[in-house]
Amino acid sequence: MQSIPEIIRTIPLTHYIMLSSALFCIGIMGVLTRRNAIIVFMAIELMLNAVNLLLAAFSSYYSDPAGQIFVFFIMAVAAAEVAVGLAIIVMIYRNIQSIDIGVLNKLKN
Amino acid sequence: MNSIIALSLLGILNLFLGFWLSRKTIQAATLLFLAGSMALTAMDWNHEMLWYGRMFHTTNTSISFSLIIQLAAFMVVSFSKGFGIDEEHTHPAEYYAILLFSVVGAILMVSFDHLIMFFVGLEILSVAMYVLTGSDKRNLRSNEAALKYFLMGSFATGILLFGITLVYGATRSFYLTNIAEVIATTPQASTPVFLSIGVLLIIVGFLFKISAAPFHFWTPDVYEGAPTIFTMFMSTVVKAAGFAALYQMLTGPFGSLYGTWVYPIYYISMLTLLVGNITAVYQQSVKRMLAYSSISHAGYLLITLSSNQASTSSTILYYSLSYTLATIVAFGVVMLVAEYQTGRTEKPENFSSFEGLAKQNPGLAFCFTISLLSLAGIPLTAGFWGKFFVFSDIFNRHVYYPVILAIIMSAIGVYYYFKGIIAIYFKEGDIERIELPALVKFAMWACTLGTLLLGVYPSIVKNLF
Repeated sequence: MQSIPEIIRTIPLTHYIMLSSALFCIGIMGVLTRRNAIIVFMAIELMLNAVNLLLAAFSSYYSDPAGQIFVFFIMAVAAAEVAVGLAIIVMIYRNIQSIDIGVLNKLKN
Repeated sequence: MNSIIALSLLGILNLFLGFWLSRKTIQAATLLFLAGSMALTAMDWNHEMLWYGRMFHTTNTSISFSLIIQLAAFMVVSFSKGFGIDEEHTHPAEYYAILLFSVVGAILMVSFDHLIMFFVGLEILSVAMYVLTGSDKRNLRSNEAALKYFLMGSFATGILLFGITLVYGATRSFYLTNIAEVIATTPQASTPVFLSIGVLLIIVGFLFKISAAPFHFWTPDVYEGAPTIFTMFMSTVVKAAGFAALYQMLTGPFGSLYGTWVYPIYYISMLTLLVGNITAVYQQSVKRMLAYSSISHAGYLLITLSSNQASTSSTILYYSLSYTLATIVAFGVVMLVAEYQTGRTEKPENFSSFEGLAKQNPGLAFCFTISLLSLAGIPLTAGFWGKFFVFSDIFNRHVYYPVILAIIMSAIGVYYYFKGIIAIYFKEGDIERIELPALVKFAMWACTLGTLLLGVYPSIVKNLF
């Protein structure tokens, strides 16, 4: 039976870097172009998951567990962020019955 | 080091105190906790040590920054009275507890020696700040500020993490010392391309957090929308912690990559100065003007970072302290006047609401004037020496353009800070006497006297280490 790090290593490292960078860029584009707060939020999560994937890949290529430990920290912190972020979005929805970030322009002038 | 354990536990204790005690008592307890943790922090002075599996490093530099952060938190807690939010719906113990937790995050951020520790500290600080920004639940401006801060903050975190990952991929370690060693020993030709991309992404993430120029657009909105007491906290603690961490990151592991990061920092500092100062001139709201002024101060601090001299760390320390003292008083006076003016004028935070403040409130006016003079960098205040040290650092590198630009920009700064001073002394207004609680009075005078003291004897802090 093959261990998981070996299976991961059957694909060259460059491919992982490419894939993660692509996911990361999709996330950035999502944050910059979408207007719905929840979708923006999902795009940010996509960026974090691209980071997780790349960390796991590096970590199994280098046989160094530190990278995968970092993934656990990112996941835990992202969960805390989701809790706060969704609370903020719910709070806004209660006040204006919308989560379109274009509506929020009270502070501009 | 013990201070982070103490503050975390005391924060939880604070939450429980909320069941039994009144707001005043909890405020006093929080002040006591912060004073105790400052004493614990100071006890490590001159005992350079590594803790928690070499992840946490106490040096005199990190201890001084931790002390500044806790001092700022202490002053902010002294200023807090009802948090400017409707008393009925608030649970003050929660806000005090979150403040204590975020101080823990800030302390981790200034004394990390491992990137996980740094990341956790940054997130403890940021998540706490998202909550506090949105704490005025029924106010749409506060909601908007919280959402903007949250989206921009986690976006920046994502970029920062990608940078950290690429650096890990290139160096195979998260320890700052190991990273520095690998970067220094690997020959230029065999370094992976993504190392410098990673460093640049980390810098971009940081620039978001400290609100430097192309990434500053969220700052004025967030600073204006958040309850003033938390704006005060944000603009002092988050900024000081961010700069200390950026300094540690750039000079520690990436010290030998000086050529890679110095030019971005150098140009961004000049852009930040231009954008911050010129936009501040056009602001009608004092709070928004102070937000832009905080952007421009980030510019001065970035200049000293790009000089990378031996004295840079003490310059950043001195500048952060002088900026913290002045900003706390400035935002504090804005908070008090805006609270007094609520319902009387359309925009309680505009310059026009400050007209005639000096007549009935000479003390308040004096403190506000000193803090604005210090922000503008007028001699005999701490701000003057802060700018002086920044300029002399970059001058020692024989780079003159940023100095010239920064001097012109300080002159512009004098214009918009004096708008506030003119409004309180030379315009007619009908502000009655504003009654101040004893703690607010104490914090205000302590910060003002600190500003003046540092302006006369800058060496107390500058020669600390």
